[in-house]
Amino acid sequence: MVLDQKSPSINSLRSTLSFLVDPLKYLVNIPSVALEQTGDSINSYLNLKKENQNLREEQLVHQARLLKFSALEQENIRLRALLENSFKLGEQVLVAELLSVNMAPYEHIVVVNKGTRFGVHAQQPVLDANGVVGQVFRALPMTSEIMLITDPNHAIPVQVNRNGLLTIAVGSGQTNKLILPFLPSNADIHPGDLLITSGLGGNFPHGYPVAIVDEFIPQPNKAFTTVTATPKALLDRNRELMIVWSKSTPVPLTSKPTENKLEATNHENK
Amino acid sequence: MKTNNTSGFIHISITLALAMCLRIVPLPGNMADFNPDWVLLTLIYWSLTLPERAGIFHAWTFGLLTDVLTGRLLGQYALAYALVIYLCLNLHKRLRNFPMLQQGLFIFFCLLLSQLLLFFIKNIQHPAQLHAAFWFPVFSGTLVWPIVYGALRLVRLPPRFR
Repeated sequence: MVLDQKSPSINSLRSTLSFLVDPLKYLVNIPSVALEQTGDSINSYLNLKKENQNLREEQLVHQARLLKFSALEQENIRLRALLENSFKLGEQVLVAELLSVNMAPYEHIVVVNKGTRFGVHAQQPVLDANGVVGQVFRALPMTSEIMLITDPNHAIPVQVNRNGLLTIAVGSGQTNKLILPFLPSNADIHPGDLLITSGLGGNFPHGYPVAIVDEFIPQPNKAFTTVTATPKALLDRNRELMIVWSKSTPVPLTSKPTENKLEATNHENK
Repeated sequence: MKTNNTSGFIHISITLALAMCLRIVPLPGNMADFNPDWVLLTLIYWSLTLPERAGIFHAWTFGLLTDVLTGRLLGQYALAYALVIYLCLNLHKRLRNFPMLQQGLFIFFCLLLSQLLLFFIKNIQHPAQLHAAFWFPVFSGTLVWPIVYGALRLVRLPPRFR
C-alpha cells in the first residue's frame, strides 16, 4: 500500500488487474445505455425534426463565430510575436462517454470509456461543451477515472477573465460550487465574473471557462474573503466529455517567417 | 453439503462478481451513501458455509480486485477483507448455529471492523474528515444480511436436493 502511494511502479499491476474488473464496469453500464437507446428509438418524428432544426440553427451561429475566430487567431499570433512571447495553441480532443458507475460515495470521480489504449494519460484536462470538467486522475487500459473540479481534493489555477486576477479554485464537494479561498478582502472581483483557466501549473491549457463567481459578502475584518463560484460545465448532467491533449511544443513565433518574407521581398525589390 | 469441487468455485466466483457489480451500481441521490459492502457480505457468507473453499486467499484476491474497481489504494480492501474473513473462519463453527439476530450482531461488528480499518488507512494517507455517511454502509449492510444470506443459500442449495 505504501508502495502504491509513494511510487508509480505498481501501476502496471493495477492495469493488469483492471482487465479483470473493467468488464464489470461496462456490465453495470448496460441498463442505463439500454434505457437511453430505447428512449431515443421511440422518440417521435416531430421531436427529432425539431431537434434537428435547433441543432442546425446552432451550428449556423457557431460557424458564423468561427469565421471571425480564425482571423482573430492569426492576429493574436502576430501580436504575440510582436511581444516576443510564445504560447501554446491548438489542442487535440477525444470524445469519451461516461460510464454510469459509482466508484465511491462522497468523492467526485467519474469513469469514462476511454483509457490508455486511446492514449489517455493521467493529468490530462477534461472539458465539456460549456467548460472545464476536471482532469484524468488515473488511466487504466479500458477505462479512466476523472476527478471533477468540485472534488474536495481538487484545485485548479484560474484567472478572472475581466482583469486577469490570478487565484486558485478549490472543489467544495458539492456539484454546483467551487471555493476561491486565497483572495484578499480587497481583491477586484465581482459577482458574475467569469473565471478561466490561467494555464499556470501546466495541467490545464490557458483560456477555458471554469466558473462564474456567485454573490458574496465582503468581510472587511478578515484578511481573506471566501468567494464561491458556480462551475460552467454541466457536471452532473452530460454524458459526453472531451479529453484534451494540449500540444507540448509552443507555436513558433511567426516573426521569423514574416521577417524572412520581408527580407525576401526586400531582396526582390533590390 | 457435499458440493463437488468445481461447482463451489464457480458459485463463489460468480456471486462475488455480481457483488462487485452491485458495489458500483449508480444509485439515485443519497441512496449511494447507503450502498452496503456487498463483496464483504458475500465473502462472509461463503467463509461461513464453505470454509474449506473460500478462505483468506479469496478474501485477499477479491479485496485487491475491489481496490482496482473502486480506485482505492491497492491493498486496503485486501487487508480489511482478509482480516475479517480470518475472524469468520475462526468462529464459523459457532456462528453457523447462531440465530439470525446474533449472527446479525456479529456481521455488524465485522462490517464495522472493516470500515474502521479503511478509515485508519485513509487517515494515514492524509488526515481525513470523518463524514457521518462513512458509517452508513455498516448499518445498511447489517440490514441486508438476511437477504444476502437467503439469496446465497438459494444459489448454494439446489445441487443438494437434485
